[in-house]
Amino acid sequence: MSGDPALTRDDAAYVARLARIDLTDDELDLYAVQLAAVIGHAAEIAALDTEGVEPTAHPLPLRNVTRADEPRPSLDRAEVLAQAPAVEDGRFKVPPILGEAP
Amino acid sequence: MSADNADTTGTAGTADTGATAGTSGWEPVIGLEVHCELRTETKLFCGCRNAFGDEPNTNICPTCLGLPGSLPVLNVRAVEYAMRIGVALNCEIRPSIFHRKNYFYPDMPKDYQVSQYDAPINVNGSLELPDGTRVRVERAHMEEDTGKTSHIGGGGRIHDADYALVDYNRAGVPLVEIVSAPDIRSSTQARLYASELRSILVATGASDGRMEEGSMRVDANVSVRRAGTFELGTRCEIKNLNSLRSLGRAIEYEIERQIGLLEAGDKVVQQTRHWNEDQGVTVALRSKEEAFDYRYFPEPDLVPVVPDAGWQSDVAASIGPMPAERRAKLAALFGPEPVGHARADQIATVVEHGLDELVTAAAAAGIDGAKALARTSNEASADPDAARRLDVSAFVALLRMEQDGKLNPTQSKAVLADMLENGGDPADIARRRGFEALETGSLHGVVAEVIAANTDAWHRYQAGDDKLVGFFTGEVMKATKGRADGKAVAAELRRLRA
Amino acid sequence: MTGPWGSATSPAPGARPSPALDIAGAVRDGSMSAAAVVEKYLGAIDEVDGELHAFVTVMHDSARLEAESVDRRVAAGEDPGPLAGVPVALKDNMCTRGVPTTCSSRILEGWRPPYDATVVARLRAAGAVVIGKTNLDEFAMGSSTENSAFGPTHNPHDPGRVPGGSSGGSAAAVAAGLAPLALGSDTGGSIRQPAALCGIVGMKPTYGTVSRYGLVAFASSLDQIGPLTTTVTESAVLFDVIGGQDPLDSTCLERPVPRTVSALADGVEGLRVGLVAELVDGVDAAVGARVHEAAGALAAAGANIDNVSIPEFRHGLPAYYVVAPAEASSNLSRYDGVRYGLRVEADTAEAMNAATRAAGFGPEVKRRIMLGTYALSAGYYDAYYGQAQKVRTLIIDALASAYQRFDVLLGATTPTTAFAIGAKVDDPWAMYLSDVCTVPSNLAGHPAISIPFGTDDGGLPVGVQVLAPALGEPVMFQVAAVLESRAPVLAPPRVHAP
Repeated sequence: MSGDPALTRDDAAYVARLARIDLTDDELDLYAVQLAAVIGHAAEIAALDTEGVEPTAHPLPLRNVTRADEPRPSLDRAEVLAQAPAVEDGRFKVPPILGEAP
Repeated sequence: MSADNADTTGTAGTADTGATAGTSGWEPVIGLEVHCELRTETKLFCGCRNAFGDEPNTNICPTCLGLPGSLPVLNVRAVEYAMRIGVALNCEIRPSIFHRKNYFYPDMPKDYQVSQYDAPINVNGSLELPDGTRVRVERAHMEEDTGKTSHIGGGGRIHDADYALVDYNRAGVPLVEIVSAPDIRSSTQARLYASELRSILVATGASDGRMEEGSMRVDANVSVRRAGTFELGTRCEIKNLNSLRSLGRAIEYEIERQIGLLEAGDKVVQQTRHWNEDQGVTVALRSKEEAFDYRYFPEPDLVPVVPDAGWQSDVAASIGPMPAERRAKLAALFGPEPVGHARADQIATVVEHGLDELVTAAAAAGIDGAKALARTSNEASADPDAARRLDVSAFVALLRMEQDGKLNPTQSKAVLADMLENGGDPADIARRRGFEALETGSLHGVVAEVIAANTDAWHRYQAGDDKLVGFFTGEVMKATKGRADGKAVAAELRRLRA
Repeated sequence: MTGPWGSATSPAPGARPSPALDIAGAVRDGSMSAAAVVEKYLGAIDEVDGELHAFVTVMHDSARLEAESVDRRVAAGEDPGPLAGVPVALKDNMCTRGVPTTCSSRILEGWRPPYDATVVARLRAAGAVVIGKTNLDEFAMGSSTENSAFGPTHNPHDPGRVPGGSSGGSAAAVAAGLAPLALGSDTGGSIRQPAALCGIVGMKPTYGTVSRYGLVAFASSLDQIGPLTTTVTESAVLFDVIGGQDPLDSTCLERPVPRTVSALADGVEGLRVGLVAELVDGVDAAVGARVHEAAGALAAAGANIDNVSIPEFRHGLPAYYVVAPAEASSNLSRYDGVRYGLRVEADTAEAMNAATRAAGFGPEVKRRIMLGTYALSAGYYDAYYGQAQKVRTLIIDALASAYQRFDVLLGATTPTTAFAIGAKVDDPWAMYLSDVCTVPSNLAGHPAISIPFGTDDGGLPVGVQVLAPALGEPVMFQVAAVLESRAPVLAPPRVHAP
């Protein structure tokens, strides 16, 4: 389809890393093609003249929706931890973390 | 020129090292990012308690745990505190929205942080350092805190850990991130900025400002450039600074490190570096090659915050004068000239602990300013909480007794200590402790008696042995059970010798 | 004022049967027990659902307990609520405390939320009995329910065909008589399109009129929970029960939801109806023909029909397929194997996240996360996400113009009738085209409803769509009621409750 931005396997791999999903090479190739097709359709709107048009982040004209600084009951820790894949000392256990928090 | 700097590594000892600009031809350029926790009852987006030190994962709910289906609702007091900070830092308060900052980390329940990006609540402010330097504050925005990760095994070092444990009690606690422009030029200035900012935050009531407890976290962005140039060099972000001292030392180290690199013809790599307190160095973290792409977009689950003029002026009216203004008011007691270093320190201590009223009330009642300041900053502030509870008129009465000579300084301090611990009326306390200053006549009589009982010593003193003043004063004190004024004793001895 | 279809809450003789209202009436007046009702429906499900696979979880025990509690209230003379004893099926992306809520995904298989969605609490307060959780396209992404990790749902009219999606399970359950009422969610047409394909009524409310708290988010600025029912009246009643402000949802309107049931009998005399070219051109011939017949029916009932073109609608689908995946890519980041759901073990937390998400998400979900991540990534935000949000404004403005000439708009719900299972799975964009008539309402935040109106030559149901401005539910239901009364009677589906 003319106008489709070509998406390489590397492009797809970069996106998969950002999205933190392991994909096989075959999957990467498939998604590269499928994404390019959808983005090709989306490119139609990229070409529209929207000079002076404000983006709609919200369909509603709401402002200043807040609540008072008053405590509400928290969840029962046992009920929450019962759903956790791994727990130790009342905390969620994960394998060692390689990277730093930004 | 360069040899000196190449050899001066790790001399980040004392804060008094000060600026390295000028001597080496390099100018340090520093900006500080400060995250401060707000003193709200509950978290930013949910009603869980904002509390330090509770059992792990006991202050959690669907929202701060990011459970599927959960939604945020903004805490109005957090907005108010953010506005107080904006006012205190001379910012413009603007309509603002929240953005999502997307990245993965186990302490992030939603794997995105709700923060503010290009439409923050406070912009274009400033902070004046005690030395007069004005540091611009680019922004002070709201965001939610993350949970806490503990790395287990491998001596607690991140990279050798066997696994990690996460506690989400802190997740969702409201933060304000205050970002300065890179207007700071030395580690000393950086410390002053952080210290003054801390005082301001505490004065607004919005935050505790406790670096050691983590309610105020400082990161430093450091770069260097040739003195006299205007382009910014490549900067490094320094994290893990848990005290003002660490802040100063780390910046000193980093400046030296970067100068060393550049003078050797190498480049400074833009990176995040951790301050290692024990070894006194910054180290690059083992992070990914790519810069984080946070894919910011406006948070669809929240609506804009538009504080109207009425709300803004209510907030502005609700905070008292800031530390700089209070220090200036105390300094003005001593005349229009700038106060000296020692006095400035005393004034800073008084304001730091919120004891201004003791000094101003005493001065207004005719007490000598220096005396009022000294008693407040040197003695009363030994127990700041108690000092804040002191009855002001009782304090003034005590100082008046000292000023009128009814009590000597030693006695006055003793009464004050008593008042700090137990409260009470100074005259009663003085009477109870038997502190009444001696009449001049009786003092002279006691001195004469002591001289008569120690004629050898007296002859030696008459011959010029001034050290014996101490001996005679001690004897007079014994005889009067401490009621004599040492200066008056010395004066009488000199008078008799003459 | 009553029309030929009786008063608002009880059908007149010869009118369409209203299973939910019949039940509620009988339970309220004591002529039927909620327990008996629940047994009947549980029996139907057990007998028939094997063929349809509408349900993921059938809540036998809790439904019986809830029914008993309704009966006790009736016996005690208390008001058991407007939906007393009525079984309701919930799309499995709505949190039910202690009951698995899977979103038809492996990544949440077996997850039991520790809380109920707000709508669940409102249903119970109205006396309804939650009978089970229904199948959906994984995380609500799809138009056929073929993307469920647990296998597709089959269309009761022809089990070799899809029921539509993503609320296919809820639609099939109501169409087959396995539950008188169901709730679904609509982000790009996911209530209306399955309603059309299954021959029932499906309605998407104005954005912000029904709380999203407890609805597992797909695209936060588009998602709305809405009713799937046999009749328009039941749709209005259910909407009134679940709608209204919620302090747990910042995007939920504080204004009271317009009471809709009273408007049902008002008729369409003099109402201005716009037949939208873009919602008719390009649809299958049979579908287009039924829409024209529907327009004719309204004209015969006294409405003024005219043609209107809204070219901006053509940009709706591409804009939707940028905005929705973008928001979804962020909303689905939290599924990382740390706190709940599936975990695939690995040596590091990062590897665990990536392996978990690879194993836990199906291909359509992965595709949309990739698409959304791409659209938000640095360098592409303005061209895609930023631009798509502007297209929303264009559509809203175009609709505002149209609503100056018209009270409601009319068109097809979806271009085709039910297609064969497997027919469109290989071409994502072909599947996405199912949404072309429905996405404009989501992008604008406006309400819309699909009413069954005839069939194609093969007897498969066709749905026609009525669109209204924001908070225009009353006039929308008004028109829908008239269409319903003049629609050809639909034959019962091949697969249905005994």
